Amino acid sequence: MNAVARSTRLPAIVDFYITVMRVAVQEQFQYRAANYAYMIGMIAEPVIYLVVWSTVANAQGGEVGGYSAAELAAYYIVWTLVRNINIVFTPNGWEWRIREGDLSGMLLRPVHPIHYDLAYFAGWKVVVVVMWLPLAAVLAAVFRPDLTVTGVEVMVFSVSLLGAYLIRSMFLWVLGMITFWTTRVTALYELYFTAELLLSGRLVPLNLMPPWAQTLADFLPYRWTFGFPIEALVADLPTSDLLSGLAMQAAWTVAGAALVAVVWRAGIKRYSAVGN
Amino acid sequence: MSERGRDIVVAGLTKTFIVPEREAGLRAATRSLWHRKNRAVRAVEDVSFDIEPGEVVGFLGPNGAGKTTTLKMLSGLLFPTSGRVSVLGHVPSRREKAFLSRITLVMGNRNQLQWDLPAVDSFEMNRAIYRIPQRDFERARDELVDLLEIGDLVRKPVRNLSLGERMKAEIAGAVLHSPRILFLDEPTIGLDIGMQKRIRTFIADYNRRSGATVLLTSHYMADVQALCKRVIVIHHGSILFDGQLSSLSERFATHKTIEVTFQDPSADLAVYGEVIARDADKARIRVPRAETSRVAARLLSDLPVVDLTIEDLPIEDVIEQAFAGGD
Repeated sequence: MNAVARSTRLPAIVDFYITVMRVAVQEQFQYRAANYAYMIGMIAEPVIYLVVWSTVANAQGGEVGGYSAAELAAYYIVWTLVRNINIVFTPNGWEWRIREGDLSGMLLRPVHPIHYDLAYFAGWKVVVVVMWLPLAAVLAAVFRPDLTVTGVEVMVFSVSLLGAYLIRSMFLWVLGMITFWTTRVTALYELYFTAELLLSGRLVPLNLMPPWAQTLADFLPYRWTFGFPIEALVADLPTSDLLSGLAMQAAWTVAGAALVAVVWRAGIKRYSAVGN
Repeated sequence: MSERGRDIVVAGLTKTFIVPEREAGLRAATRSLWHRKNRAVRAVEDVSFDIEPGEVVGFLGPNGAGKTTTLKMLSGLLFPTSGRVSVLGHVPSRREKAFLSRITLVMGNRNQLQWDLPAVDSFEMNRAIYRIPQRDFERARDELVDLLEIGDLVRKPVRNLSLGERMKAEIAGAVLHSPRILFLDEPTIGLDIGMQKRIRTFIADYNRRSGATVLLTSHYMADVQALCKRVIVIHHGSILFDGQLSSLSERFATHKTIEVTFQDPSADLAVYGEVIARDADKARIRVPRAETSRVAARLLSDLPVVDLTIEDLPIEDVIEQAFAGGD
């Protein structure tokens, strides 16, 4: 579709998203080697978890917490896709953006900066998902996952990826905006990261965690950005659980968007546009 | 809709920053953990001015005078501490889309194009951001590329352009959406003379063709003289002068220069004023402004004068005197 047709037929915000996504794809194509190195580094994390838990499963007669070694392989291979999708603009980026005054350029545009971040990182995902495919094939060949999926699961998984992306974007934006008050937010991000590691299904499937941790996870946004999308595909959840999971994602997205609006309104008044 | 027919109305504008401060050294750093000291720095204080549609106004002042802070408040980047601002009838700090779509802010030492991509890709993004109809976008883009002579440059990654080339591409990107108001903060900083002139010509041309209002800061007086009939001089956050550039000398220049050509190499010129330069038959004499006519008359009557010219001080010197007087 050419640009003329797009700008006359599509709502302006959709045109903006498509254009920024295209810019992101073009930029990321310039850094193919760096992206691959980054992805290989990123894949090291779940492979370590997978090796550890597979070893535990094999030591316990082939199963741990209801997961066989092959099911754990499926969990962590899907993990790599979910992780690629839920990478968003981080609070570290916010620190840089505010300290260097880069936010100024974004504030001059008649589009809320969150749209740019959402669009840009969505575009980046087009590149990383394409690059992820061969790596996933290698992981599957090495670890032999047990994964049978239904059409409903695939549909819910696909929607849940969007939910995971939006929730993580909103909450890390809120965390990043604390920079308006504190200049540095890395320590808070570390805290967020630690809680996410334990309570999202990132380090370990949530049903291998103690019951109190699983209950706690129900009241926090983390599991909806990691555990739920993975389980939607690999855990044979009943349809009611799949749909209620999507509803929870929608609720956390709305809550995150509301928080973004409130914190943005207060924070932007404190912006001092340093660094020119 | 502009306010009272004016594009920009500023009344009692003040901006105060709270800045943490401490002495140097580890001990002071440790003490600051418990006793944090802040200081209120008033960057802009009670500034008021109006700008008519289509005016090109120079906003002058030394580093730290409050020029950039004022521009940032006018363009909606900063919330004023107090006072009132109206730009095209909008309160800039509300950052309404209708306002942001009609202004642009170009900062000479800040890059707003996508660093890794050719400028044409950033232009395309601006098309989507400002919702420019495709045909208008293509016409504006092609026209700007021609006017700024950047046809060969816009297809190279921005990171590979020289500072001057990048600035031309920046300006093209900044005016693609045909803004009604241009805030230009040091648009020619660091550029060679030829490139400065090219940018100045473009700004003058844009103002003439579109009737846009321009508020420009620059440390290069050539920019100001070429573009601005009116200047606002700001120092220590307050306005020192707001008027015609031609009146600036009358207000701040304490001296004038008399250049005299004569046929008496032995004449003692020191009695007429401060001799700045002297050749065998020519001299430049700096005299107090109020005494210029009297000294000129004396020179004409005392010496065999061939030619005599009275000149205002260069604008740089006048500005320097204005800042010195404001300290």
